[in-house]
Amino acid sequence: MAPLKASLRPAPAPPPAPIPVTLNVNGVERTLHLAPWTTLLDALRLHLDLTGTKKGCDHGQCGACTVLVDGRRINSCLTLAAMQDGRKVTTIEGLTTGDALHPLQEAFIEHDAFQCGYCTPGQICSAAGLIAEGKATTDDEIRELMSGNLCRCGAYPNIVAAIRQAMATVAPKAEGAP
Amino acid sequence: MIAIPSIPGFLTEPNGPIGKPVSRVDGRKKVTGNAHYAAEFTLPDLAHGCIVSSAIARGRITRIDTAAALALPGVIHVFTHENRPSLAWFDRKWKDDDAPKGAPFRPLYDAEIHHALQPVALVVADSFELARYAARLVHIEYEAAPHQTDLRANRANSFTPGKDKGGFQPPPKPRGDPEQAFLASPVRVDAEFTQAAEYHNPMEMHATTVLHHDDGTLTVHDKTQGVQNCHTYICNVFGLAKSAVRVMSPFVGGAFGSGLRPQHQLFMAMLAATQLKRSIRVELSRPQMFSFGHRPETIQRVALGADRDGTLRALIHEAVQESSRNENYVEIVVNWSGQQYACDNVRLDYTLSRLDVHTPLDQRAPGAATGVPALEIAMDELACKLGMDPLDLRLKNYAETDPNTGNPFSSKELRACFRHGAERFGWAKRSPAPRSMRDGRELIGWGMAAGVWDAMQGQAAAKAVLGVDGKLVVSSATADIGTGTYTVMTQIAADVLGLPIEEVTFCLGDSSLPAAPVEGGSWTVSTVGSAVKAVCDRVRSQLIALAGKLENSPLKGVAEEDMVFADSHLIVRNDRSRRLSITEVMRGSGTLSIEEEARALPYLLARARHTFATHSAVFVEVRVDEDLGTVRVARVVSAIAAGRIINPKTARSQIQGAVVWGIGMGLEEEAFTDHRLGRVMNHDYAEYHVPVNADVPEIDVLFVEEHDDMVNALGAKGVGEIGIVGVPAAIANAIHHATGVRVRDFPITLDKVLAGLR
Repeated sequence: MAPLKASLRPAPAPPPAPIPVTLNVNGVERTLHLAPWTTLLDALRLHLDLTGTKKGCDHGQCGACTVLVDGRRINSCLTLAAMQDGRKVTTIEGLTTGDALHPLQEAFIEHDAFQCGYCTPGQICSAAGLIAEGKATTDDEIRELMSGNLCRCGAYPNIVAAIRQAMATVAPKAEGAP
Repeated sequence: MIAIPSIPGFLTEPNGPIGKPVSRVDGRKKVTGNAHYAAEFTLPDLAHGCIVSSAIARGRITRIDTAAALALPGVIHVFTHENRPSLAWFDRKWKDDDAPKGAPFRPLYDAEIHHALQPVALVVADSFELARYAARLVHIEYEAAPHQTDLRANRANSFTPGKDKGGFQPPPKPRGDPEQAFLASPVRVDAEFTQAAEYHNPMEMHATTVLHHDDGTLTVHDKTQGVQNCHTYICNVFGLAKSAVRVMSPFVGGAFGSGLRPQHQLFMAMLAATQLKRSIRVELSRPQMFSFGHRPETIQRVALGADRDGTLRALIHEAVQESSRNENYVEIVVNWSGQQYACDNVRLDYTLSRLDVHTPLDQRAPGAATGVPALEIAMDELACKLGMDPLDLRLKNYAETDPNTGNPFSSKELRACFRHGAERFGWAKRSPAPRSMRDGRELIGWGMAAGVWDAMQGQAAAKAVLGVDGKLVVSSATADIGTGTYTVMTQIAADVLGLPIEEVTFCLGDSSLPAAPVEGGSWTVSTVGSAVKAVCDRVRSQLIALAGKLENSPLKGVAEEDMVFADSHLIVRNDRSRRLSITEVMRGSGTLSIEEEARALPYLLARARHTFATHSAVFVEVRVDEDLGTVRVARVVSAIAAGRIINPKTARSQIQGAVVWGIGMGLEEEAFTDHRLGRVMNHDYAEYHVPVNADVPEIDVLFVEEHDDMVNALGAKGVGEIGIVGVPAAIANAIHHATGVRVRDFPITLDKVLAGLR
């Protein structure tokens, strides 16, 4: 196929101008001025320096960027920050209370549910979402409902063990779980 | 008789940290999001780079038009081969510690395109989004040339490489008369095995952040398995003084071999930082993770001949693999077949076929993960023909010494792996006939295989600083790619000096630390662990000397071997009331700190006269849906002999993870190349399938007792690779047992199973 002549190629659109976006991140209200093409993931990592949320594919295929928005787990690379204006975002950094780890974080350490650690924040946020959903009661259900979070190190059996343990201590949301 | 240092006393302290299932010392950082990876460091005014990848597989660039990209406000520059500065001339300057024979690929070198997705431009902009957008506006015209990417079509056009890469020896000369012995054997198997190209795809995409400091020095945060390897490379390529650059990688989001060589994002980030004199980050996209390094596609032939009692009479193993036009990537593939079973007539052949692809790259158990499964499926086929239990066939031909060299093994507890693994799995209850076990719609199959990997050791140095407060800092420029290096080195140091784990800090991933090689091949515990032990031994000797000199010392005149270290104390072994704390010794002698550096080498004499290897026996149950051909791995038992296990918790995770890799190789992972275009079509996580949580059952890991005082001062062999080696074969053998369908083409996807069922 012959390449298009330069004159036939459409003129590129100019980069978009920033717009204000307000997010409640880990309990703190943050107003950012972001180009509307900024994903929630990049807003967290590049604009709020919350690098605990990881980029593993930027395509919604790996789950490393999982965060909780209004308590629901989502892939933060698949949504623009502007689309979450006014929402409550919880990242891995927001799961600890002072120095105290979340039961899932404790369980992940105890069960060695990670190796390189790169998928871990997404796994833990996803597991927190899973517990809130209250849908998983068996190991097979945990496996199925955690399959959106890849772990290339293959820590899956330990991830299941950690979630099973944490599930016993963290009550699912009584109501309103989507 | 060879003089071998005996296992020293410290390892016999019952309460020492070695051998304990210590939780990862870096665990808290990883679960709280406080472990920082290569793309997570920054400085004000950080620029962002986005790489443009070639749209063709071979040919040349005839025109690059960057005007539209440069016209955007915020775009800083576009680097191409047309405007790059002059860089190192000679190939040796572009070589790295893991480079095979040949001419390393040079990004942006000229207009030539050698492989699909070759990096052809770097767009630098104020923001990540802008760089990504502008990269799409770089207009490139190509003149395509014919390409060859199909190994099957080019297998005949192959050559025999030499010793072209560190860590791999060419196959040994044939022994006996394998062709004649094969033809004379009453029972024969002769089959071809194929395996698709696989991409490492660590969760963290390759990234480099170069921080440009006010004094002109650079801190380079790179995703790598060897900071010093990258340091040397960039100093050579860019003509920089060693002191002007520091390469860091305290955390690496997986690698599995992808970080063994400096990758092109490092080159690109360094090019931009040195030219623009500013900080920059370059992060590959997931599709670009298919633009460098992969486990090469392989075609193999295994021919086995045996007597009716199962005695192997002939073993022939041939392999042809792809390499690039510019380098001879070798992983030999076939040598373990000559080592694993006793056989008098053996021929092992290994050849390469050059294709228009980037150079392949070591991936978890390179060579063994490819070659051993072919042998182990052939052994299963032979067992079926003989009407023999596959486990009995392996025991029948057990190699007591290394048949390739005639040397003894430093230790080999494979027999114990077979015994304990089979017992745990319940192998004795297996009904031997294929299709004889069923649960409703599901056919059940039990398969097994053996595994082997080399127990290597390199050279490394370590530094230790013991403070008067009893806190110890040990450092070495090694890596922790998830393997547990931080934790295991901490345990070794704590063990030697009798310190609580919490009092010991281990530092790695910094090119300014004492020399260590790339982390790979399961050799880090052996290599760096030995250096950590050596340096802590020196600190220990110093403390004993200081303690002996103190006035009224209860330790006066006690020989070093009669002293133990525990609870931060020096204690007389046979009279535990005679003791002094480390702090008492240091304060009493006016010593504020003890600093030592030491280098550890392999026991070369022992290594020349023995074969050093880890072994495994793996047992797998699969369940196959007879109507759909889908395969589910239902349970796995992996029994491992790898010498002393420093940390059973992290070692178990290593084996489990490697079993998951084996499931990937056995059932899922496959890079599809469209040979008309010469490029991988499924270049993302949605279409390049890796195992997900629901694909992985409980994995039972057993470590058998294996005493080895020749392998190194720790008696530990390393466990990163051995866990994958037998798994794909055990799965294939289990599928055959379930269905009667023999698939010799990895991955075993449902279409291949269904084709056999119909």
